[in-house]
Amino acid sequence: MIAWTIYITFAGAVFLLFLPRAFSRWLALITTMATFAISLATFFCRDLDLAHFNTVVRVPWVPTLGMNYHLALDGISLTLVLVTSITAVSSVLFSWDVANDQRPNEFFFWLLLVVGSSFGVFLSADLFLLFVFYELVIVPKYFLIAIWGSTNKEYGAMKLTLYSFFGGALVFIGIIAAYVSAGSLDLNELAQFRFSPQLQSWAFPILFVGFAVLAGIWPLHTWAPTGHVAAPTAGSMLLAGIVMKLGAYGGLRVAMNLFPQGFQMWSNWIAILAVIGIVYAAAVALRQRDLKFVIGYSSVSHMGFVLLGLATANVLGVSGAVLQMFSHGVIGALLFAVAGRMIYRRTHTRDLDELSLLELNRALPFAAFVFVIASAASMGIPGFSGFAAEITILIGAWKTFPIAVWITGVGMVLVAAFTLRALKRSFFDTAVEEGENVKNVTTLNRETLEPITVPEKLGASLLIFATVAIGIYPKFLLDRIQPAVEAMRFLKTGG
Amino acid sequence: MSYLDLLKLAAPEAIVTLTALVVLVIGVTTSRGTAVAGVSPAMPRPAAAGTAASTALCTLVAALGLLIAINAVLMLPAHANLFQGMLVASPLNSFFQIVCLVLAFFTILLASRETPNYGEYLAIILLATIGLLLLVSSEELLMIFIGLELTGLSLYLMTAFDKTDIRSAEAGLKYFLFGSTASAFTLFGLSFIYGMAGTTSLAAIAEGLAAQSLSPLLFAGIVMTLVGFAFKIAAAPFHLWAPDAYQGAPVSSAAFIASGSKVASFVVLGKIVLIGFAPVHGSADWHAMVAGWSPVLAVLAAFSILIGNLVALVQTNLRRLLAYSAVAHAGYTLLGVIAGGREGFSATLFYTTIYAFTLIGAFGVVALVRRETGGDDLQNFAGLRARSPLLAGCMAVFMLSLAGLPPLAGFFGKFYLFSVAFRAGANHGLLWLVALALFGSLISLYYYLIILKVIFQTQGAETRSRLSLAQNGLSNLTIAFAAGVVLFLGIAPQFLVTRILGTLQ
Repeated sequence: MIAWTIYITFAGAVFLLFLPRAFSRWLALITTMATFAISLATFFCRDLDLAHFNTVVRVPWVPTLGMNYHLALDGISLTLVLVTSITAVSSVLFSWDVANDQRPNEFFFWLLLVVGSSFGVFLSADLFLLFVFYELVIVPKYFLIAIWGSTNKEYGAMKLTLYSFFGGALVFIGIIAAYVSAGSLDLNELAQFRFSPQLQSWAFPILFVGFAVLAGIWPLHTWAPTGHVAAPTAGSMLLAGIVMKLGAYGGLRVAMNLFPQGFQMWSNWIAILAVIGIVYAAAVALRQRDLKFVIGYSSVSHMGFVLLGLATANVLGVSGAVLQMFSHGVIGALLFAVAGRMIYRRTHTRDLDELSLLELNRALPFAAFVFVIASAASMGIPGFSGFAAEITILIGAWKTFPIAVWITGVGMVLVAAFTLRALKRSFFDTAVEEGENVKNVTTLNRETLEPITVPEKLGASLLIFATVAIGIYPKFLLDRIQPAVEAMRFLKTGG
Repeated sequence: MSYLDLLKLAAPEAIVTLTALVVLVIGVTTSRGTAVAGVSPAMPRPAAAGTAASTALCTLVAALGLLIAINAVLMLPAHANLFQGMLVASPLNSFFQIVCLVLAFFTILLASRETPNYGEYLAIILLATIGLLLLVSSEELLMIFIGLELTGLSLYLMTAFDKTDIRSAEAGLKYFLFGSTASAFTLFGLSFIYGMAGTTSLAAIAEGLAAQSLSPLLFAGIVMTLVGFAFKIAAAPFHLWAPDAYQGAPVSSAAFIASGSKVASFVVLGKIVLIGFAPVHGSADWHAMVAGWSPVLAVLAAFSILIGNLVALVQTNLRRLLAYSAVAHAGYTLLGVIAGGREGFSATLFYTTIYAFTLIGAFGVVALVRRETGGDDLQNFAGLRARSPLLAGCMAVFMLSLAGLPPLAGFFGKFYLFSVAFRAGANHGLLWLVALALFGSLISLYYYLIILKVIFQTQGAETRSRLSLAQNGLSNLTIAFAAGVVLFLGIAPQFLVTRILGTLQ
């Protein structure tokens, strides 16, 4: 049944092109709601074996070359499908304002393509199929950003696309290396195959780095802030919520699972890069003036936790990484929704200095409320999903890389610092000291701000609910993630 | 060996020849009146109607002739060999004869009806097609050379056919000068090969060469033979004619040069090196280069990928850009031949076939835009999305397929080619070429996206009328069909791969 998430999304995308404009957002909403319903239903289905990557569909595709249309499901995939569908629903809700003269059909067409292909990546059990879906995400992102984006959109779009394609090229070499040596493309078969250590030593870093480009690994993260900033609100939400997870998921499902010995050889380096990413991105975020840049760098920082969790190579760390993927997907989307839709669409500025004059907490109390919650979740306050995920990762990391935990601690302080700074400057500054003139202008502006609309409230509530629910009861997801992680091979050989 | 056998085996060629003659007669007899009328500024109405009727008749006859020829190819025996390989019927040859005929069919549908001397133009396209059919179906050096020349001469004419455009004349002259020099090289090289092997039949050449070591004379012969083919497929550094020919020639001529001629050249190049020169394969592995034809082709491929992609980056004319990207694609396609073997050849054939369909479609779009806006610079495409969503969508399909993105045929083609090349050679020896090709694809994505950006994002300078679908119904249908083929072969590559693999036993 879970395979229908892919079909429904693609069918919705195709239908969109032929429907009158007025229906497009409704169709997009219905499509994403349907996938959300399917993934929820699967999530609560009791008699599913989520510990193993069990086949859902398997049809020969190009038998002469050993390619199959092969989908499978385990706890990790399911978690990521769930977060994808949640982000998708809310991103449609947050793009409810794409007007009729802004080509809504095409907008939602590209949006659904990103979502559908992401479902495909998370469910693929055939290496070629996974790569097809992985590459399929690239072009829709380009169009979403280059056509409907803002600040410096053409630069941001092209940079992001070329980075993704570059990562894709590395992945491609790694995939062919695995395919040629093992003679199979089936992920489950490949996971049993013993690749020669010599092959693993070079194929693993190529494959992992190729995927990690999309996960925003330092120093290949620079596409992320510019891309996030340039993208329209829904685009940033999808980027932060889904696309960055594709990279981390690929690193886990393909690179680590196929080449465990290569992973062992290189895990220290991954941990080092991850820690640098956490601290560096947080430090950079502290100095940004553009609210979206702050959030963009915070995404890189949070994805650093995912990579650190993966590098630990123990059940706790890796499960925490998957949990963090879910958590950051929800929180990142929420932050971008506030910055892009609630603030920027109304004030037409994201400059923290200018925002601080507007006293937005009085003009847009709901936005302020949402942003406080999102910031708290992002900082890792207990009770939100971010805390549960990061603490799990750090406990896992303590066993493998104690020093990394100390440095990461500094990083977390920085995260708290820049989040609080952004929160204060954007919503809670008082403009008294700036003098009378400024105050008059800002008051004027404030009164003309459009109130928060219902779709925005619904979308925000969905995301807040998700982060709070997992924050309070992380076992919900961990119960499904952990068995699947335990079944992976690198834990056994890693010892 | 009776003449009846010859007639049976050469039936497709004979039918196309006949069609060409009929079309020529129709064109000449009906266009005389209009030529006179064309001199006077006010062309009388009935004459115009007469021209329209005659062009329609020419198109109809040419298209019908090609369809009958396809049918004749299907009736050919599965295996037959005339005069030691001069005319060979095999599943592979028949398959690519059909491909060439289909590409010629598309070209004729896309040809502008306003071309002066339309009948003659179609007749020349058909003559070029005969050359392609001979090229594909022959396994003997002399016959291959005749095929090359017949194709070449017809293509030079087609390039220079637009007498009102000085660029067309320049392109034709350039193409002719380069082409005849390259032919001279090839003929020279072939004479060396003949001297060493004592025969002109490919299979016999392989036997003859197997006994000898790679002498300098033989190597010189091989290199010179390859020069001619490198020219045909526009591989760097023998690509200099391509940008001018693609840009200056009438659009349908350019489309045929980029598609039909290229497919046939790759088929025959593959046959020559993989059958005829099999004993002197050599090795292009980076850690163990061995002299032979494969390092030569590897160097050509590397140059083509780098030069084609880098120069394409700075082009502002779409046809010129496509020409340089064609150079790069020739480089990718060579990878399969270099890898060698059944799989390698099959990958090359798959790629060149889908590439041909992609380019026919892309040139079709260019032709329509040119007819509407009077130019084919990038800025002429600005805002095409608003003017014709269908054409814009098809162009997106073609460009993304060329860039190698799923779910389009170009993606699978590249995956197939690169994986075959990666597998060939001891210890992934061709990794350097694969890495280079991937790097080239990365560069190419940039300029393909720029084209799409112009089409989808930039607004047109002035609001022009929507391209009328009804007015260009046939062209639109052809383009949409080509886009459909590219999409279908991307989703179900099996359809073509099994057929090609089946023809290569």
